[in-house]
Amino acid sequence: MRIPRTRLAQVLLAGVVLATALGGCGTGAPASTGGSPSASSGASGSAKPSGSITVFAAASLKATFTRLAADFEAKNPGTKIALSFAGSSDLVTQISQGAPADVFASADTKNMTKLSDASLVEGSPAGFATNVLTIAVPPANPASVGSFADLAKPGVKVVICASQVPCGAATKTIEKETGTTLKPVSEESSVTDVLGKVTSGEADAGLVYVTDVKAAGDKVKEVPFAEAAKAVNTYPIAAVRTSKNKELAAAFIAAVTGPGGKKVLADAGFGTP
Amino acid sequence: MNYRRAGAYSGIPRWALAMAAAGALFVLLPLAAMVARVNWPDFIPLVTSEASLTALGLSLRTAAASTVLCVLLGVPLALVLARGDFPGQRLLRSFVLLPLVLPPVVGGIALLYTFGRQGLLGRSLEVAGIQIAFSTTAVVLAQTFVALPFLVVSLEGALRSAGSRYEAVAATLGARPSTVLRRVTVPLVLPGLASGAVLSFARSLGEFGATLTFAGSLQGVTRTLPLEIYLQRETDADAAVALSLLLVAVAVVVVGLSYRGPAPVGGRAGSRPGASSGTGSPHARPADMRRAS
Repeated sequence: MRIPRTRLAQVLLAGVVLATALGGCGTGAPASTGGSPSASSGASGSAKPSGSITVFAAASLKATFTRLAADFEAKNPGTKIALSFAGSSDLVTQISQGAPADVFASADTKNMTKLSDASLVEGSPAGFATNVLTIAVPPANPASVGSFADLAKPGVKVVICASQVPCGAATKTIEKETGTTLKPVSEESSVTDVLGKVTSGEADAGLVYVTDVKAAGDKVKEVPFAEAAKAVNTYPIAAVRTSKNKELAAAFIAAVTGPGGKKVLADAGFGTP
Repeated sequence: MNYRRAGAYSGIPRWALAMAAAGALFVLLPLAAMVARVNWPDFIPLVTSEASLTALGLSLRTAAASTVLCVLLGVPLALVLARGDFPGQRLLRSFVLLPLVLPPVVGGIALLYTFGRQGLLGRSLEVAGIQIAFSTTAVVLAQTFVALPFLVVSLEGALRSAGSRYEAVAATLGARPSTVLRRVTVPLVLPGLASGAVLSFARSLGEFGATLTFAGSLQGVTRTLPLEIYLQRETDADAAVALSLLLVAVAVVVVGLSYRGPAPVGGRAGSRPGASSGTGSPHARPADMRRAS
């Protein structure tokens, strides 16, 4: 024992103090991002947007928002749109914990409501797109799935989203409406995982969004079914209250909801609300 | 514990102690933050819900099965790597240890293309009437894939630091390789084998990426505790935190066992031959030998 106990304790304490001080710095920063309330209220239209913003968007918007952001930057030189894609509920958690987002686009109204209830977004979020479920099967359609009812047939390996996530909630709604009970071999926590099980040929069928099937190209075949219309997901978009560049945030939202944005979204298979 | 031994060097620079404290905090603080977020009044109902208990039970069962599989495959593998002498041995070791550094999701994809319906072996298995995808077997395979290197690494280290003198003696006395393995080698490296097995169990318990990619997620069949946590997080943060704490508790117990179990309490001070590098002090071997005989 070369080290006296008291000195050991002192040094350890020093370490604790140091770490706490560092922690203090970390938590101090977000608190100061309240921003000046006089900065702007709403889109003024006349002022030319500049600077940069971060857009948090649902994973299913990856292709369209990447395109829309590039178009926007090209049309408005001097602006920079940074994009962050994840599951809507993950993004809500991040924004609630103070992540630096300026715009939030959710894949369902439920997750957006969590933020508007907490007064974390500006005004009332506007729906800018809709999405419906469809059946994705491997190109050869090994289980000969031709309708929603076929999914409940014994021996058909169907993969769906778990009811906790938006696509799973929509699946539950359709099951209830049609009186069909599915016996899935797996309930995934994201729609991309469902699609992955179909493209890899593990599953005979999967319930995904029409936009996913469109994006997957010829790796899967779509089996449309009329009952899908019973569960329409609306995608809302809103500016985040703590945004430091509200002009640019409003301008980007206007671009998404405007004719240019509508066309890109429609091309990807999204509907209009 | 080494510094308690008379004459052992224990000079740790003071700055190292300060950094060590910061390092320990870096690990402990997030855990403390999580504990602080636990909704205690609802804790018991949350962790004893049907879905949670099913997931915990499945996790424990599959992790136990994976550990058995790891021992069955890993002991011969470690033996070949430690004692064998053949071209490509280093390459084989690199490949066997690959899952340690591979993102688990990559392991899942690799397994999918091996045992999946369209996979390398999966097609023949399907013909034979065996379906692995979406089954509990798939979970065990995914866990074994990621956990096997842990057993091989700790056992190979134990084998190397134990040396092969006793085996050589046994062989000159006429014992066959199998007998030497059973009567001399395995008893000699038992502590290393035990800690390797416990580490594999812990790694299996925490497996997430490969399972999600390869096995899917269905309550009672493939949805292990980490997958349940991931799913609960979508809607019920309280449940996710409670289950996380449960998993941490199980992991702490398991890791605690791995570092205390093999060494006899109050015996040889912390010099197990199983501890990876060449710290095996000379008096450790006779002690092990005594236990072995």
